[in-house]
Amino acid sequence: MVSTTAHTIVAEELAPLPRSRLRRWLAFLIHEPLGALGIVLVLAMATTGTFAELIAPYSPTANDFGAMMEAPSWSHLLGTDQFGRDLLSRIVYGARTAMIVGLSSALVGGTCGLVLGVGSAYFGGRTDLVMQRIFDILMAFPLIIMALAVVAIFGTGVHNVIVAITIPLVPRCARVVRASALAIREIPYVDAARALGFGHLRIILFHMVPNVMAPFLIMVTAFVGQAILAEASLSYLGLGVQEPVPAWGLMLQGGAEEFATSAPWIAIFPGVAIVLSVLGINLFGDALRDTLDPKLRKR
Amino acid sequence: MAHNRNGRCASLGLMLMLGAALMFGANAALAGAPKRGGILTYMIPADGGPSLDGHRETTFAVLHATAPFYSVLIRVNPDNPSSTTDFQCDLCTEMPQPTDNGLTYRFKIRKGVKFHDGSPLTAQDVAASWNKIVHPQPGVASARESNFVMVDSITAPDDETVVFKLKFATLTFVPALADPYAYIYSKKKLDQDMHWYEKNIMGSGPFKLTEYQVGQSIKGERNPDYYHPGQPYLDGFVAIFAPKQSVRTDAIRADRAALEFRSLPPSARDQLVKELHDKITVQESDWNCGNVVTPNHQKKPFDDVRVRQALFLAIDQWKGAQALSKIAIIKTVGGIVFPGSPLAATKEELQKLIGYGPDIEAARAEARRLLREAGQEHLEFELLNRNVDQPYKIVGTWLVDEWSKVGLKVSQKVVPTGPWLDAMRSGDFTVALEANCQNVVNPIADVGRWLPHDVQRENYGFFSDPEMVEIHDRMLRETDVDKARILMRKFETRINQQAHQLMVTYWYRIVPMRSYVKGWKISPSHYLNQDLANIWLDK
Amino acid sequence: MYRYIIKRVLLVIPTLIGAAALVFVLMRLIPGDVCVVRLGSSGGTFDPKAIALCHAELGMDRPLVVQFIDFVWGIMRFDFGTSMWSGNPVTTEIWARLPISLEIAILATVIAIAIAIPLGAVSAVKQNTWIDLVVRLFAVGGTATPSFWLGLVSLLIVLNVTSAVFGTPWMPPIEYVPIWQDPIHNLSMALLPAVTVGYRYAAVSMRMTRSAMLEVMQEDYIRTARAKGLINKLIINRHALKNALLPVVTLIGIEFAFLIGGLVVTEQVFNLNGVGRLFVQAVQNQDYTLTQALVMLTVIIFVISNLLVDLLYAWLDPRIRYA
Repeated sequence: MVSTTAHTIVAEELAPLPRSRLRRWLAFLIHEPLGALGIVLVLAMATTGTFAELIAPYSPTANDFGAMMEAPSWSHLLGTDQFGRDLLSRIVYGARTAMIVGLSSALVGGTCGLVLGVGSAYFGGRTDLVMQRIFDILMAFPLIIMALAVVAIFGTGVHNVIVAITIPLVPRCARVVRASALAIREIPYVDAARALGFGHLRIILFHMVPNVMAPFLIMVTAFVGQAILAEASLSYLGLGVQEPVPAWGLMLQGGAEEFATSAPWIAIFPGVAIVLSVLGINLFGDALRDTLDPKLRKR
Repeated sequence: MAHNRNGRCASLGLMLMLGAALMFGANAALAGAPKRGGILTYMIPADGGPSLDGHRETTFAVLHATAPFYSVLIRVNPDNPSSTTDFQCDLCTEMPQPTDNGLTYRFKIRKGVKFHDGSPLTAQDVAASWNKIVHPQPGVASARESNFVMVDSITAPDDETVVFKLKFATLTFVPALADPYAYIYSKKKLDQDMHWYEKNIMGSGPFKLTEYQVGQSIKGERNPDYYHPGQPYLDGFVAIFAPKQSVRTDAIRADRAALEFRSLPPSARDQLVKELHDKITVQESDWNCGNVVTPNHQKKPFDDVRVRQALFLAIDQWKGAQALSKIAIIKTVGGIVFPGSPLAATKEELQKLIGYGPDIEAARAEARRLLREAGQEHLEFELLNRNVDQPYKIVGTWLVDEWSKVGLKVSQKVVPTGPWLDAMRSGDFTVALEANCQNVVNPIADVGRWLPHDVQRENYGFFSDPEMVEIHDRMLRETDVDKARILMRKFETRINQQAHQLMVTYWYRIVPMRSYVKGWKISPSHYLNQDLANIWLDK
Repeated sequence: MYRYIIKRVLLVIPTLIGAAALVFVLMRLIPGDVCVVRLGSSGGTFDPKAIALCHAELGMDRPLVVQFIDFVWGIMRFDFGTSMWSGNPVTTEIWARLPISLEIAILATVIAIAIAIPLGAVSAVKQNTWIDLVVRLFAVGGTATPSFWLGLVSLLIVLNVTSAVFGTPWMPPIEYVPIWQDPIHNLSMALLPAVTVGYRYAAVSMRMTRSAMLEVMQEDYIRTARAKGLINKLIINRHALKNALLPVVTLIGIEFAFLIGGLVVTEQVFNLNGVGRLFVQAVQNQDYTLTQALVMLTVIIFVISNLLVDLLYAWLDPRIRYA
């Protein structure tokens, strides 16, 4: 143990930062085993979701009343649910739904937050004050409650779920981005840019945004995981995605609980899928943050 | 004692009353003499209802929570609750014969009955309660007011007699009178405040209220002054609100509660039986509830009778019911009348109707032909469904599959109860899957639900059909059972040929309970036989 | 510092009013009609006359502005109105369900803190060792596991294990009894849900403790203490941990308000008659008054806990205190 630490210290003190991309990635993998695990899980989920048609052995919505609630076997690797639908196929297609919901909510929410946060920091003054209050108000609502309200208003279904989850994410991202952007606003070259007469938009897009990319990316990765969990909770309450769309959260509702003791695989496998995906995303996000945030780099 | 004018009802009733119910497990009559004592803990599979007033509410949650505290005038025989014709007195002394050509019913009320606060119960209280139900004052809601359109007046000429005067003679009156929600309230309390019973409980039933924890549980203890000798056997009861099904199954398994009185799905029953063997008794029965496919006649192309007929022809009810009965609370295929009733269609009569044919391939070929003729071969639409698993979502998923077999592309729009009702009320849907649940089996009144929207506001098909209304009107005033049956067949055929709505499989009640619970017998309705007076614990 | 405190407290007011407005608007946007749900709950017949009556009773026919002013004025007097569903005062409905929710929230917090702080500290001190890895995995697992699934699975496990070992399955009681009446019954009901909700809470706190400790341990004064030859354990407990605790306490305070989100689903799983379940019912019944009261309560708790944490920070951080 001591020698590894000593070795690391020496390596970092004496050697300059590895310049080549490959060396950087290798260094990343060695120093961040959990991060590596995260990447593997995320890639697994992404591949599964993208190539669902090729991977899934059955159609996720085909009912087979002759094979209801079968235990895992060679013909159905993860078993079947109460309609005879193959669980593995549903989980595979569910990855796609999770990716769509997770990525859409995170990207849209994050981007809105980015624009609003940077804009608020840049313009300062009254705009900033008002935006701050608005963020405060929106952030005072726990995510699930906000999402519930939106779903109650607009109805259920994939699109509305995405909207419902995106809205609470915007102020959270804006807050963090704004904090970083505030520091940059006063840097001399931004002043110089203003003196040179560059437009607001140009300064924001080309000077400020790139410099808040680090916290932004970290937030977005965190959001993907949160979005997947939020969708699961909403679907569990019956207010998210609806039948027969394959979605992990939906698979945990109704039938899963009902048959939990006689057919536990219906409840267990989708849950495991959620845990692994969000775990992967969070580990990846952690590693990303550790890499991008110099304060936390190991001594 | 069966209500009977000329003896035919009674024999018909006796012959047919056992046909609908299947009973598994120990029969209370054979188990030995009832033991006194013990507290029954049961679960109510819902959240609490909005108020405590039985007259006002329609949800079974209110009934299961409050029925033990009240008496009613007449009721389905608690020792023979599967009968659709065996009605008995609760507060009255004997079932009266109607006089005046079936227009007047005189009930004699028992003497010596007391409310839980000690005040005596007289015919005045009975009349006041019934007037609240049948002719409610403005500002007072009565959920089943429309079941009693035939009642002209209710009076109490003295403290022991209640007289019901009808506008016309009908077979529907006595079953309607046996409404389990028709609690008898204290006239004194009603005079003070017509809304008093919405927040308070005070009756004359087998149990007195001891504690009500909002949203959590309700508890009662034995009423020592109860007028049925020997009853109630229980010292008391605890009813816990438990909307989650897995919790209920686990609770029975771990003996945190003895049973729930509505129904559990087949898988729960199988699991409990497998694990607990003889510690579990299961009672099963056909249920006076079913799902209904309702196309919105105002939305194209469902204004075209051919499209509607095609929709119904595509469904294989016989095979579907069999398959679904393994995972859902569904079993029997039936028409608009509850299959256990004398007025119901026989299997042969059913098979002549659209959607019930024995040859599904021929039916589906015909469906495709009709769709082609109507130019709707590749029709796509949304099925509006309620966000409840058993059996709505399961039936909905099955229907989507059936319709795909004739080339129809259907997606389900599943919404919570509020928006589901709202969408149907406002006509904001194409095809809806709804439910038809009645409490006491009262066929002629029950099928009033199928009447067109201009007569029956709760019919969301939004169609009009004067011929149907005319047939029903005649049925309502028919006092001979055989003639009523012929009219019923006409009514059913009319609905079916016009493909207004389709009954898709009746629900099936499965009530597993811990074997120490004795005395309770299952009935076709989860609203009946809930006052717990005849239950005892073999512990 | 006092100027900071006053400014901070004053900021709370527009936030609360804004939140109230948002809640009010959101509720009114929800389609559907509580009267229809109330009177037609099992598809039974209902009367348009009765519905109109219901609307009048609930004041739904008044102009929106009047309803809003009524709402805000009510909050200030702690009068949240009457539930549209049951007709009982909202405060009664909430009060009846508060004990179990509060109990679980407090238990979850206790469990979380008991696990998070020691584990987080250990993980920081033993950074990059296998202990660190295991703890980090455990923590990340907590943020990745849906609490209701955890609840489901844990119930399943408890039932099956007790069934296998003792012959009869055991499950937590479903009837609520206050803790002073029967502590064992009460705790056996609250323990599993508290652990389920607490796991995520612990996970987040653990991560924060770890990263705060890591930051503090890099500070100069720690290096100085080490150079002075102080025992490591003393350094950690006396210097590092205390200073690291500040952001951790902040986080714990903030996350407490978010427990409500976890409670909403967990109470469904374990059939607990708590505030979370009440919220879901209120939304399903389209009971605006109750829903908006519950949301406002959550918001108020969140804003106040944030305020308290900020003030605590101001008090403890000398840079602000002596400004």
